[in-house]
Amino acid sequence: MKAIVTVLGKDKVGIIAKVCVYLAERNVNVLEISQTILEGYFNMIMIIDITRTTCPLTELADGLEKLGEQIGVVIKFQREEIFESMHRI
Amino acid sequence: MITVSEARQTNEMIEEANLDVRTITMGINILDCADSSEKVFCEKIYDRITGMAKNLVKVGDDIAREFGVPVVNKRISVTPVAIAAAACKSDNYAAVAQTLDRAAKEVGVNFIGGFTALVHKGMTLSDSILIDSVPEALSVTDRVCSSVNLASTRSGINMDAVARMGSVIKKTAHSTQDKGSVGCAKLVVFCNAVEDNPFMAGAFHGVGERDCAINVGISGPGVVKRALEKLGDADFETICETVKKTAFKITRVGQLVAKEASARLGVPFGIIDLSLAPTPAIGDSVAEILQAMGLEHAGAPGTTAAIAILNDNVKKGGIMASSCVGGLSGAFIPVSEDHGMIEAVEAGALSLEKLEAMTCVCSVGLDMIAIPGDTPAETISGIIADEMAIGMINNKTTAVRVIPVCGKAVGDTVTFGGLLGYAPIMPVNRFSCKDFIKRGGRIPAPVHSFRN
Repeated sequence: MKAIVTVLGKDKVGIIAKVCVYLAERNVNVLEISQTILEGYFNMIMIIDITRTTCPLTELADGLEKLGEQIGVVIKFQREEIFESMHRI
Repeated sequence: MITVSEARQTNEMIEEANLDVRTITMGINILDCADSSEKVFCEKIYDRITGMAKNLVKVGDDIAREFGVPVVNKRISVTPVAIAAAACKSDNYAAVAQTLDRAAKEVGVNFIGGFTALVHKGMTLSDSILIDSVPEALSVTDRVCSSVNLASTRSGINMDAVARMGSVIKKTAHSTQDKGSVGCAKLVVFCNAVEDNPFMAGAFHGVGERDCAINVGISGPGVVKRALEKLGDADFETICETVKKTAFKITRVGQLVAKEASARLGVPFGIIDLSLAPTPAIGDSVAEILQAMGLEHAGAPGTTAAIAILNDNVKKGGIMASSCVGGLSGAFIPVSEDHGMIEAVEAGALSLEKLEAMTCVCSVGLDMIAIPGDTPAETISGIIADEMAIGMINNKTTAVRVIPVCGKAVGDTVTFGGLLGYAPIMPVNRFSCKDFIKRGGRIPAPVHSFRN
């Protein structure tokens, strides 16, 4: 099972590191990262594998949102199916 | 694998264009709760509803969290109470409505529909009791919605019931006058009512349905508007194609949410209703779509054609996206819930008569229209009769949800709050239809109902 994490906010040191540590601690594997910085704004989309995580998905979503508040960015967690269903027949 | 631009496109729809799942509505059969004692009947339906729907709100919230798409409302519809309560020895069903209200509050849903009677051909004693109970029922409850089916293409228009509903709407306005006559916002009359509609106020769980079903209503006028704005001066084929593709994408999200909700609740999936249902929020308006097509305001010449394009292509896209499209699917044109419609009324661009024309090609009917409190009951019945005739002859669902706001006149506004919005009072044709309405009886079914 896959999910997509989007991170948006003012760029600073350690955003990717903190998100990745949080995910690793919950046994989530990162499959792909696409990241850009536009006029000082950090914009990242991660595709992650949540098959082996022990953490309930709603907790993962809440936890990432709180982590975002601590870092000062907006983090959104979504299961991949919403994108699949919209963009693939 | 999903690409970054696809992920961005979806999130733009959700975050900037107000894409949401408008409602997960659980339809619950209460026919087998029938009992001659009203008290026992009420206990049974309370237990049934609170038992079946106990996890509905949590499941809706969890799905919203996991997929990152808002699930705005969680609602319940039940078997028409006039049928389910028919065995009760009672001459007033207000207590049944109060039980529905308590059950809705217990499970945390914001509306419960099904305080309903189906009287398109004739009225049973129980239908009559229910209709007479509506003004009280809507004044002593907060979350109960009521509907009455007055006509159908197969059986014609029950004009006795049409005449009666004019005065029931007036009484409901009076019984809830301290709250802007909001009771009328929760009361709708239909022609060709559908049995699996998840949207309020007209949702009920039809007698042709199974014991329990999950119906999902998905919306997104903002998404369609954005897509059209990007087209610039494109021709009509391009507009149609764009509406269709957008509707497809929106419906697929609904399908996903419906399947997920159905699996988690252990309840069969019924239908997806893809209806462009506006909210008072800016950017979430059907009128703005019409403006994006090139009209200065909703109501300008060309409006009916524009609504026809929208309604038809929403259906075409939706049908391709899910094999279980049902309900009302199309475009809603409520006035008080759509800030673009409100602006059009205030600018003098949109009249009741133009709205009536639009209902010939939109998915439902005259919806959430505030009219002067002194509008005669017969005039309201006349408005209803016109709308029923449009539905009957054109073989489509039509409805009337007008609010004769007590103490208000043209020039005033009324605020209902929340999703119900606010509305300027619209003028009503002042010429009388009293002698027409008082004739009574039934308008027989039209010739094209004889299809066998």
